[in-house]
Amino acid sequence: MDRFSWTTGLLELGETLVIQQRGVRLSDGEEKVKFDSGVLLLSTHRLIWRDQKNHECCIAVPLSQIVFIEEQAAGIGKSAKIVVHLHPASSNKEPGPFQSSKYSYVKLSFKEHGQIEFYRRLSEEITQRRWESMPTGQAMQVNKDSQAGRIRAVGIVGIERKLEEKRKETDKNISEAFEDLSKLMEKAKEMVELSKSIANKIKEKQGDITEDETIRFKSYLLSMGIANPVTRETYGSGTQYHMQLAKQLAGILQAPLEERGGIMSLTEVYCLVNRARGLELLSPEDLVNACKMLESLKLPLRLRVFDSGVMVIELQSHNEEEMVAAALETVSEKGSLTADEFAKLVGMSVLLAKERLLLAEKMGHLCRDDSVEGLRFYPNLFLTQS
Amino acid sequence: QAKYKERGSVLAEDQLAQMSKQLETFRTHLQAFASKHKQEIRRSPEFRLQFQHMCAAIGVDPLASGKGFWAEVLGVGDFYYELGVQIIEVCLALRHRNGGLITLEELQHQVLKGRGKFAQDVSADDLLRAIRKLKVLGSGFGIIPVGNTVLVQSVPAELSMDHTVVLQLAEKKGFVTVSEIRDSLRWETERAKQVLDHLLKEGMAWLDAQAPAEPQFWLPALFSELHGQD
Repeated sequence: MDRFSWTTGLLELGETLVIQQRGVRLSDGEEKVKFDSGVLLLSTHRLIWRDQKNHECCIAVPLSQIVFIEEQAAGIGKSAKIVVHLHPASSNKEPGPFQSSKYSYVKLSFKEHGQIEFYRRLSEEITQRRWESMPTGQAMQVNKDSQAGRIRAVGIVGIERKLEEKRKETDKNISEAFEDLSKLMEKAKEMVELSKSIANKIKEKQGDITEDETIRFKSYLLSMGIANPVTRETYGSGTQYHMQLAKQLAGILQAPLEERGGIMSLTEVYCLVNRARGLELLSPEDLVNACKMLESLKLPLRLRVFDSGVMVIELQSHNEEEMVAAALETVSEKGSLTADEFAKLVGMSVLLAKERLLLAEKMGHLCRDDSVEGLRFYPNLFLTQS
Repeated sequence: QAKYKERGSVLAEDQLAQMSKQLETFRTHLQAFASKHKQEIRRSPEFRLQFQHMCAAIGVDPLASGKGFWAEVLGVGDFYYELGVQIIEVCLALRHRNGGLITLEELQHQVLKGRGKFAQDVSADDLLRAIRKLKVLGSGFGIIPVGNTVLVQSVPAELSMDHTVVLQLAEKKGFVTVSEIRDSLRWETERAKQVLDHLLKEGMAWLDAQAPAEPQFWLPALFSELHGQD
């Protein structure tokens, strides 16, 4: 709460009020403070709190100080809250009610509701950062000519009004969008319920449902993005779509793999494939699920998972263990190498270079020297000289 | 008995036929929604957030597959999957400097820079959702909350609770010392050193041995000055 400053609560020129809500309590992190009952105002530039009983008591924090915000749903006897995480106060901050605070966040409790709409508006303002493009009165130059000053003031009010109208129009569109969204979600919820009831029936009739029907059901779940309620397995594993995708990938990746020494990490593949597609991109899960089927479909590529969890696609003809022999030669020539050095020499990504060296170590060909200077690999002389 | 089995299959068939029909109906609703509001999804981070909240509430993952209705009809998939590609590229480009750790703010800044002046806005929530999806690719994507912000990890380095706690401690000033760890966390020197050594080895921390009082361990991820030196 040391990020707040005292303020008159009057909006500056160029600052617009977005929304206000009565009945809000302000807390310093987890601790209650004397700001128990106030009106919370959101403008394009600041978050302002004014005491309902004593209007002189008014504090504000610039929106630029906000790192991120979270919602806390209401509970029994507890109001819904918004948690506002803040940057440390800047050194030239105007004086406020607190010099220091042990918390980097404040909590806004909506005792008279209104949290949902306020959260929505606050998210929007934080995202749009309108304060950056709308300099406030303080930043504007003082014009000595009072006539021009008056005209400019009127001009600004005119612009503000236009902006306000435009915002109202956008607001209307957004409200409609939200309403339509709610209705859509109601229907989506029905689909989820239906899929659950079917899944239960399938469970009961275990053995009486054909393979074909299971595949159909999985593809329906995939369409809706519903996790399989029976097996809880990853979305859409083993569907027609992924089988087709696997075959496509085998075609697309043959040449890139050959160019890269027969092996690519899954993140590289993800980027390559999606950049090439441009539209109708694959989800990471689509890619993984398709790659899991490569081997069983007897395609010329396979998925391999290293001990570290790193996943790669290899040509069937690629033999990582053989590459290890070549790696050993390279390391021996240079005496020792780090993953970075090896990667540069051989022309591989550091990620895969490291995996190859680790594999070589696992196979006993290399030894490691793990110091603060980095991880360095040496030929395993214990093995060769014993 | 054969008759009972038959009936079982017929029931399942009926149910699936019903679901198939309802799916088509739902798809129509989704198309109607898309024709009015598809732009809103791409344009407004705040609308996306609301959309994601509601999907999560009813148990639907709109980003599970590019083949799902949400991606195909509403186009919500492309936004996040492309963002995923951009995130991977930024992290790869900066890895040699920060060891594979970057603050969410810096990531957002770099991604927006790469997207260009006229691209749609990308919120912190958008990035976090895209990152959570990237985890499944196995290259070590993860999210570590530290103090006022969030660190994004993009390398398969093992970071235990101990490492995370030290990162959180370092977040305030961008660096940490063995004494600070001992005082704040009440650890033995050995434990503190092990954690710091690991971070050094991974390239996530740099050592300033010339610091006045005692060596300081700086985290390049927590500095924006360094990133300005392109």
